[in-house]
Amino acid sequence: MSTNGYEPNMVLSTKEFKVVGTRPVRHDGADKVTGRALYGADLQLVGLLQGAILRSPHAHARIKSIDTSKAEAFPGVKAVVVSTDLPDTGDEITDIGDGDTPLKYVRDNVLASDKVCYKGHAIAGVAAINGHIAQEAVALIEVEYEPLPAVLSAPAAMRDDAPILHEDLKTNELGEQTGKVSNVSRHFQFKLGDIEEGFAAADTIVEREFDTSTVHQGYIEPHNATVLWNNDDRIHIWCSTQGSFVVRDVTATVLGIPESRIRVTPMEIGGGFGGKIPVYLEPVAALLSKKTGKPVKIVMSRQEVFEGSGPTPGSHIKVKMGVTKEGKIVAAQASLEYEAGAYPGAMVTPGAMCVFAAYDIPNVVVDGYDVVVNKPSTAAYRAPGATNAAFATETVVDEITQTLGVDQVEFRLNNAAKEGTRRADGPKFRSIGCVDVLEAIKNHPHYNAPLEGPNRGRGVAIGFWFNVGLQSSCAINVNADGTLALVEGSTDIGGSRVSIAMQAAEVLGLRAEDVRPTVVDTDSVGYTDVTGGSRVTFCTGIAAIEAAEDVKQQMVTRAAKIWDVDADAVHFEDGTFRNGSNGSSNGDSAMSFKELAGKLGKTGGPIVGRATVQPKAVGGSFSGNIVDVEVDPETGKVTILRFTAVQDAGKAIHPSYVEGQMQGGSVQGIGWALNEEYYMSQDGVMANSSLLDYRMPTSLDLPMIDTVIVEVANPGHPFGARGVGEANIIPPPAAIANAIHAATGVRMSRLPMNPPALMEAIWAKERQ
Amino acid sequence: MQVKTRVETTINGEQVEFLCEPRQSLLECLRDIVGLTGTKEGCNDGNCGACTVMFDGRIVTSCLVLGVEANGREINTVEGVAEGSALHEIQKAFLQGAALQCGICTPGFIMAAKALLDQEPNPSEERIRFWLANNLCRCTGYDKIIRSVQDAAAKMQETNA
Repeated sequence: MSTNGYEPNMVLSTKEFKVVGTRPVRHDGADKVTGRALYGADLQLVGLLQGAILRSPHAHARIKSIDTSKAEAFPGVKAVVVSTDLPDTGDEITDIGDGDTPLKYVRDNVLASDKVCYKGHAIAGVAAINGHIAQEAVALIEVEYEPLPAVLSAPAAMRDDAPILHEDLKTNELGEQTGKVSNVSRHFQFKLGDIEEGFAAADTIVEREFDTSTVHQGYIEPHNATVLWNNDDRIHIWCSTQGSFVVRDVTATVLGIPESRIRVTPMEIGGGFGGKIPVYLEPVAALLSKKTGKPVKIVMSRQEVFEGSGPTPGSHIKVKMGVTKEGKIVAAQASLEYEAGAYPGAMVTPGAMCVFAAYDIPNVVVDGYDVVVNKPSTAAYRAPGATNAAFATETVVDEITQTLGVDQVEFRLNNAAKEGTRRADGPKFRSIGCVDVLEAIKNHPHYNAPLEGPNRGRGVAIGFWFNVGLQSSCAINVNADGTLALVEGSTDIGGSRVSIAMQAAEVLGLRAEDVRPTVVDTDSVGYTDVTGGSRVTFCTGIAAIEAAEDVKQQMVTRAAKIWDVDADAVHFEDGTFRNGSNGSSNGDSAMSFKELAGKLGKTGGPIVGRATVQPKAVGGSFSGNIVDVEVDPETGKVTILRFTAVQDAGKAIHPSYVEGQMQGGSVQGIGWALNEEYYMSQDGVMANSSLLDYRMPTSLDLPMIDTVIVEVANPGHPFGARGVGEANIIPPPAAIANAIHAATGVRMSRLPMNPPALMEAIWAKERQ
Repeated sequence: MQVKTRVETTINGEQVEFLCEPRQSLLECLRDIVGLTGTKEGCNDGNCGACTVMFDGRIVTSCLVLGVEANGREINTVEGVAEGSALHEIQKAFLQGAALQCGICTPGFIMAAKALLDQEPNPSEERIRFWLANNLCRCTGYDKIIRSVQDAAAKMQETNA
């Protein structure tokens, strides 16, 4: 397969397993290549009504009145709901996963009450006998607005004379409530060492400013929800989500009912990348179902996905780094101003955690600002906040290496974070793979291959993501034929079912095909947190391992009972139970897992293994890129000639899907670097809210994405898995910016680096 | 309420009749009336390719075709790609090659790739990338999709040789 004289997808493995590390076909695969797999929008129910949402045409306006009478009278319309159909929240504070938030903000993002804060903000919901009628009825709702000036970037929103989005939003300044009404929800700081001393010791200081645009996760499946508010006041939700329990809990919170009254069945999910964690449609569909007594389905249009769901923050970033002439980074300072969108909660904290995390720097100050602006309320996007930050840091590092005249990888190696390095946000690293990723880059044929031709350049960058653990549950039923039925609660976006099944199979000496994994509804499995933070293969994997261990213990007890020996005397190895007292495998003192599974009914009944876990020892992941570009000096178009992604995945459970995460994250990073942005008018209207104009990379824009999986075992996971989903998106924009600089001499400080932006920069350089 | 039109068409080799409104797209008719939900909606304006089907032997985005236009035509969807219980080589290659993650774009890619390999059994990588450029995938970065189409092409040629 290789066209470059080396293996395109290398795995640097460390330990042998039987199932882990192999590449079985995913269990849900056949359904997905034949069209049988049921995604949220595919659900059909008897009596199903279709819903539609009225959305604000203004980026910022007070709602003076809403008249739904014409819509309600429209033939085929069954119900209309507005924010007053939701219970009043008062001043209640809620925590729906990312800290304390006024419940009003959560509710107002579902259905606006007194004001709209972005173009596309939901105002009303309609249910009708079909979707066309629902859309027509939406157009008949009359809303009287008092338009207000919009503010669209963090720096603009932080000015004293900026229009205020929320009159009740007071700045939290370094942990203290100030009482000052502003668009800055929170200013926080991470500090390490003495920054003044650090810069005083530096021989070279580079300080630069950067801007990144709002971008969207771009999943191909629009948000959808189907809800039945049953006659017993129990609610059943079918939807596409990264977290069925989050949907349950947030919907219950917004509706003011106990979460136990809601059951969420997660349908197959067509991509998420962080964007399918928030709840938008479910409470509205629930209200419509309550009013009509029928199930109601709402599916967003693509324009609604862009304008009414959460993109990732645009940002303004300052980075200042000081180095000695020996090439040691002695001080680093950053200011991260991130756009939260309409309500507080920009992913600026993780950005601040990651901005300098790849380096061992004694003196650090990082300031983070969570700033509301008149754009959609932002959501997570794959290593949220870290890509923006790394674009700044890694561009400055590249400039420093050129100022010093040192090799860019050697410089990074000399300053790389290691076990024991303290991050500015507090934690000390345990075993990590930063050095290993850099060594893999240094030794890669791509890094050492000549790059010839005009207007071409090579760039390198690295990134860090901490990964999360949270909570997962798993249960395993032993079938009489020796196979397992495994139930879990982690909605499967990228093939995680197979990697979970493989971990259970490894414990019990079975094949991956012997385990049937199913993602079940919230009434059928223990609480499980979102599919996010690169946590599923790690944390739900541990749940599967522990549930399999539980099965093993119970099976050992059963074997002991059959053999009439102590359980201690029974040993399990390679899928076989043995009576260890005589140490032999002859006759009745050895039994395969399958044989024993067939005897359960007659030896005490069925066996179910179970586990709930909340692991603390999460292993962070480092990633790096080598990228070659060619810049067309006439048009500013950048072509990716060659791209290598390196990442420390810990032990790769299913290498194909690890590579897939690395390739997919890399390409999202390429899109972020070169094309993608919310192109906003001054009034806050997105001018490119279609997949034609919001241009994500196509197959024709790209080369193959070569991968190197570095496997530095995570001591916090029985097989060493870390989690691989996110760190891969972090380095591409910086690596491409550095490659563009190598090709043209132009230093880009803004994303996206699209042809107009690049031509402006090239012309500006020529004018100098 | 709009007057409905009767449409007689052939879908995956079977005669099918349905009633639809003139404003309903072929995609909507396939999914909501005929019940073939394997064809997916990602954008409803012809830009993502998730709804790709064969229409009288040509690939089309079914969101840009009206249901009434299907009258007297021959439609092929992802549900008709496997022959009975046997997966098509492209489907097998997608599974072996891990060419899908979330899988929402997969039906469109399989239809587009099949149309390519039916007429060009041995396309170059560049040709595959060009042909599939109307189909967006956000999960895979396309690498494993392209390789799987190459693998399927090789297998299909072996079988035909």
